[in-house]
Amino acid sequence: MAKCWVGQSLGSADMTDPSPLRFHVPVPASRPGEKPDFSHVVIPKAGSVQRPPVDVDPREIRDLAYSIIRVLDREGEAVGPWVPDLSKDDLVRGLRHMLTLRAFDARMQMAQRQGKTSFYMQHTGEEAVSCAFRIALGKGDMNFPTYRQAGLLIAHDYPLVEMMCQIYSNERDPMKGRQLPVMYSSKENGFFSISGNLTTQYIQAVGWAMASAIKGDNKIAAAWVGDGSTAESDFHAALVFASTYKAPVVLNVVNNQWAISTFQGIARGGSGTFAARGLGFGIPALRVDGNDYLATYAVAQWAIERARRNLGPTLVEYVTYRAGAHSTSDDPSAYRPKHESDDWPLGDPIVRLKQHLIAIGAWTEERHKQAEAEIMATVIAAQKEAESFGTLHAGGKPSSRDMFEDVYAELPPHLRRQRQQIGV
Amino acid sequence: MARMTMIEAIRSALDVSMGRDDNVVVYGEDVGFFGGVFRCTHGLQQKYGVNRCFDAPISELGIVGTAIGMAAYGLRPCVEIQFADYMYPAYDQIVSEAARLRYRSAGDFTCPLVIRMPTGGGIFGGQTHSQSPEALFTHVAGLKTVVPSNPRDAKGLLIAAIEDPDPVIFLEPKRLYNGPFDGHHDRPVTPWSKHELGEVDEGHYTVPLGKAAIRREGSAVTIVTYGTMVHVAQAATEETGIDAEIIDLRTLVPLDLDAIVASVSKTGRCIVLHEATLTSGFGAELAALVQQHCFYHLEAPVLRITGWDTPYPHAQEWAYFPGPGRVAAALREIMESR
Repeated sequence: MAKCWVGQSLGSADMTDPSPLRFHVPVPASRPGEKPDFSHVVIPKAGSVQRPPVDVDPREIRDLAYSIIRVLDREGEAVGPWVPDLSKDDLVRGLRHMLTLRAFDARMQMAQRQGKTSFYMQHTGEEAVSCAFRIALGKGDMNFPTYRQAGLLIAHDYPLVEMMCQIYSNERDPMKGRQLPVMYSSKENGFFSISGNLTTQYIQAVGWAMASAIKGDNKIAAAWVGDGSTAESDFHAALVFASTYKAPVVLNVVNNQWAISTFQGIARGGSGTFAARGLGFGIPALRVDGNDYLATYAVAQWAIERARRNLGPTLVEYVTYRAGAHSTSDDPSAYRPKHESDDWPLGDPIVRLKQHLIAIGAWTEERHKQAEAEIMATVIAAQKEAESFGTLHAGGKPSSRDMFEDVYAELPPHLRRQRQQIGV
Repeated sequence: MARMTMIEAIRSALDVSMGRDDNVVVYGEDVGFFGGVFRCTHGLQQKYGVNRCFDAPISELGIVGTAIGMAAYGLRPCVEIQFADYMYPAYDQIVSEAARLRYRSAGDFTCPLVIRMPTGGGIFGGQTHSQSPEALFTHVAGLKTVVPSNPRDAKGLLIAAIEDPDPVIFLEPKRLYNGPFDGHHDRPVTPWSKHELGEVDEGHYTVPLGKAAIRREGSAVTIVTYGTMVHVAQAATEETGIDAEIIDLRTLVPLDLDAIVASVSKTGRCIVLHEATLTSGFGAELAALVQQHCFYHLEAPVLRITGWDTPYPHAQEWAYFPGPGRVAAALREIMESR
């Protein structure tokens, strides 16, 4: 047996390179204790990327999947073909949305640390993506979000108190205490119920968009996923169905560089960028600076217009950075350099929009400080009101009876018997 | 009234539903132009157009995932998984999404969706065309699971499922598509045209979910079963001459426990019969409920007659399938037990 080992004889006879195969595991550029290194993130000059017409043949814009569309330059000037049609008031409103989300995060993170809830997930560094996207959507459109797009609610003026009541699982929790904190749902606000399972909602967004087309309506859907969970087969299925049926959907990938502790290279593999995933499906794929409110809005608007005009899906990759931990159960210093976020080359979305507003004379440092203080006061007032309805372990809470409702539209006999057993 | 096979009855249910409600859409693999590998959707695309009945890519996860989105939109999708054996890629969408959408959103979003799938063996389909995975659905809170045993029920149950506000798994015993198979595989096939329940109303009617049917009244023993096994139970009863009462559950969740309890309280004996594997099968649930609710009426231990705990084999199909011989032996055994 050993003498006539097939692999050995083939190797020596037919292969020019007999060296053994090597297993490849991608590694990030830097780990804890090392100097952060973002030299692999190639950043084009603001204003340098073309803006094609929305009915462009996707084959003509393949380069957009490998570039980064940027509007705000280093001095805070808005430059190039992607400068969106947003007034000063619109931009100030956008800044206030992002400040609200950041203040909201700060208070809820602290509330979790104080034991008022079990869990929280911050958006730090990613505020522009969901806040700007929401503004580009219309009434009746539907987002199928992940847990890091609360800006879709805040930028749609969904009441902060309702959000907090959900986080506290208290007596006013719209989800009646059934969902993990931050898994909001608001049909009225175009915000589909967050699952907590990753990517499952991506294909559902495509189905929702197909339904709108089947009915001949003009509502469109927006699907959301992070870099890491594009690896799920749901993502592939979503691209197949969106491409096949030309569904009116915007397929968003928020590349915040980290999937808990796993760097984006593990999910991305050899494709170069996440946007490039769209190319094989004939889906136009754009990559945008996700920390640039103006660029994010402009690209969202382009993709939404395509969907609305029956031109089909668009894949958008938002290049951003998760400056905070994945969740309150995570400590990033265990897997990436402690101050890596300071070196992120696309900066902070709030600082950049503020700089732009000051550059165009629509804002001042003083007004910014006032706005921060005023927004924090609003958030704290909302928190006080929410806490008056209870927190996870104190005060008003959903009833045990609620546990049995909504499993089905009507309570079936076996659940009625089980409910009787706990006497509610 | 018309004579229909189970295939024709299912097609009629889809036709009636699509005709009554523009929101009903039908799709799946080979379902559109061709009309389905079992022909259940034949002619629907021609009649209602490609917007209402269309072909899907080979992606069960994609079919169910898009259907959930459509249901959330306000449509009433009725999708086909070509064989129940192929539903596993869609299982996460069914369990984590369809089943829980109403609950987790506190009714903000709902999922009125029907997932049809041919189930069970008897066609020499081997392990990828013969499985009976109903227990994988009955274990999941938020799903309803239906298994018809004849054309008349199939139509009424399917219309009820499509009109139901919640997700329904609709398992169609494929060996019953063309006739009431009683397990005697060596005998000529009996067509539905010779069976009373092959006579089907051509219009709209429903058979309510959660209501069992008594297929045969009897006093000696109760056989609790569903799908193909209803006919096997009838054959075994006739061949043994034992006066069994046969309950056709029709719906597994919600379960008609009252019908089971009333019957077993009367007969004092119970056989639970299904084609699916034994361990953790739906029969375990039935046996537990019977002992809990009928304990003082029982004169013998509850018996479970099921498929063996092996993958569904090819050449050994009739050794695996719980046919009338095994059911007859169980009937004799339970009558001797005191």
